[in-house]
Amino acid sequence: MEILMAFVIGILFMIATYLMLSKSLLRIIVGTGLLSHGAHLLILTMGGLKRGAAPILGGNEESYTDPLPQALILTAIVISFGVTAFFLVLAYRSYQELGTDNVEGMRGTEKDD
Amino acid sequence: MTNLIILPILIPLFTGVILIFLNKRITAQRVVATISSIGTIIAAWLIVQRVRIDGIQSLNVSSWDAPFGITLVSDMFSALLVLTTSIISFVCLIYSFKSIGEEREKYYFYAVFNFLLVGVNGAFTTGDIFNLFVFFEVMLMSSYVLLVLGGTKIQLRESIKYLLVNVISSALFVIAVAYLYSVVGTLNMAHISTRINEISVNGMPGILTVIAVLFLIVFGLKGAIFPLYFWMPGSYYAPPAPVLALFGALLTKVGVYSITRTYTLFFYHDMDTFGLLSILAILSIVFGVIGAIAYWDIKNIIIYNIIVAVGVILYGISVLNTASITGAVYYLIHDILIKAALFLLIGIVISITGTSNLRNISGLINRYPGLGWTFFIAALALAGIPPLSGFVGKLLIVQGGIEGESFIGGFITLMSSLLVLFSVMKIFINGFWGKDRTYRREEKAPVKQLLIAPVILVVISALYGIGSESILPYITQAADTLLDPNIYINAVLKE
Repeated sequence: MEILMAFVIGILFMIATYLMLSKSLLRIIVGTGLLSHGAHLLILTMGGLKRGAAPILGGNEESYTDPLPQALILTAIVISFGVTAFFLVLAYRSYQELGTDNVEGMRGTEKDD
Repeated sequence: MTNLIILPILIPLFTGVILIFLNKRITAQRVVATISSIGTIIAAWLIVQRVRIDGIQSLNVSSWDAPFGITLVSDMFSALLVLTTSIISFVCLIYSFKSIGEEREKYYFYAVFNFLLVGVNGAFTTGDIFNLFVFFEVMLMSSYVLLVLGGTKIQLRESIKYLLVNVISSALFVIAVAYLYSVVGTLNMAHISTRINEISVNGMPGILTVIAVLFLIVFGLKGAIFPLYFWMPGSYYAPPAPVLALFGALLTKVGVYSITRTYTLFFYHDMDTFGLLSILAILSIVFGVIGAIAYWDIKNIIIYNIIVAVGVILYGISVLNTASITGAVYYLIHDILIKAALFLLIGIVISITGTSNLRNISGLINRYPGLGWTFFIAALALAGIPPLSGFVGKLLIVQGGIEGESFIGGFITLMSSLLVLFSVMKIFINGFWGKDRTYRREEKAPVKQLLIAPVILVVISALYGIGSESILPYITQAADTLLDPNIYINAVLKE
């Protein structure tokens, strides 16, 4: 199962890198979303996949699944949603203001305006 | 156990929430923000005194015991940084009353300003590596908003780059935490340290070196060390002066704090990564100095000086002996104070002249002697002229470098002072001396009111330098904790 997860994470990172290297701002944002998803899956896999009962104490199970990675992912996902939402708004606003969503057009030094 | 140490996080948090509801009433916002800022300073001061007397303070949130719940820890290093942060934020706040403009004030400037402080103080106080990530994100989210608030073209353009860089570095941070968790199986920083100590009896395993370097990349991006500072000159150029002062003084220092904390607490077994850190620090000094000399733009000169300072501090950390760590802690606090003062002074110069290009400015000291002399003192302090505050820290770092037989680093640190002095004197000679000019926006600039804030900082910095004898016990206590992780571990785990 871990091997499968490793492939999934690797493919997500690969697509994310490809998208982030493109010129359209929207594709870059989708890329950052996939990048953070890959990172979240990595936390889940690193914490160990399900190897026991649900982590509710009081049962007579021999082993319990580690609940911490899920809690961490929950936090990280909320944060990445927030950042992605902000990024989308920023992209829209800068499209209005700068007249382009091509990052090539956003080059330039401080002195340009 | 003390609830005191959570106050510097809670006060700005509640203030920020209250300020959201007051967004159209500017006077009310200013009053609330000032009161809370003073409250934070008092709380931070009480924490420093408490830590001085009783040692490291820790708080297990919701009373979950140390390795299981989230822990907040205040040792002397973080307590001093929280105090400095509170002072800087207060000063930037009273500066922004006169300079930030009504539009920004109506669009939640003060609220976001307070949320930024939540993130910074939280990052300094937390004792849990994942919480460090969370507070980083709180801080970054506020910094994105502060950077883009106002919506001019340059701000939008630079915000996109800044955001993209930080999103990628946050993903790397999550990855690094995931790897660390899979190796040691805990998130509490003190517990991580003991676990790594158990693993590394026969030398550090390779995976931990990988994690160490990943952390260096993540925090180095925030702290702008040598190959990772590329985003900074552009992004920090865009926002107005008080925001720039906050960013330049605090945000990079959070990265430096995190490198210091993780390296001295987790990875002190691994001298290879310390070697890497030392090389990168020296290169930061060199490249920062080159940038500072090369530019004819006052903002850029000081922005490149941030990179120099980060290099000097991290060089002190990487040598890892008593003198160098004491020097690094001392220099870190000095640098926060003086960088904020310089950026605020530059804000005044720009509000008078309307430009930051040195070629279009001259003769300011004839009509603004107060501004000129404050800038002169701040410049001397930055370069480390005794008895001002930069001197003691740099002296200790160089002394530590020589004791640690890292002569090249010590020499470069020493030489960088001269070139830093040259770069700021260039501003002074070209901008303040010479022929008197008139500028278009001159009448509107409330120079006298604006000058209060940087003068406060320069006075504090001068006192910090002159009174170094009485401040040194605090600094030494901070350095002791950094040098001996067991003090930290015992305080957190054996309550």
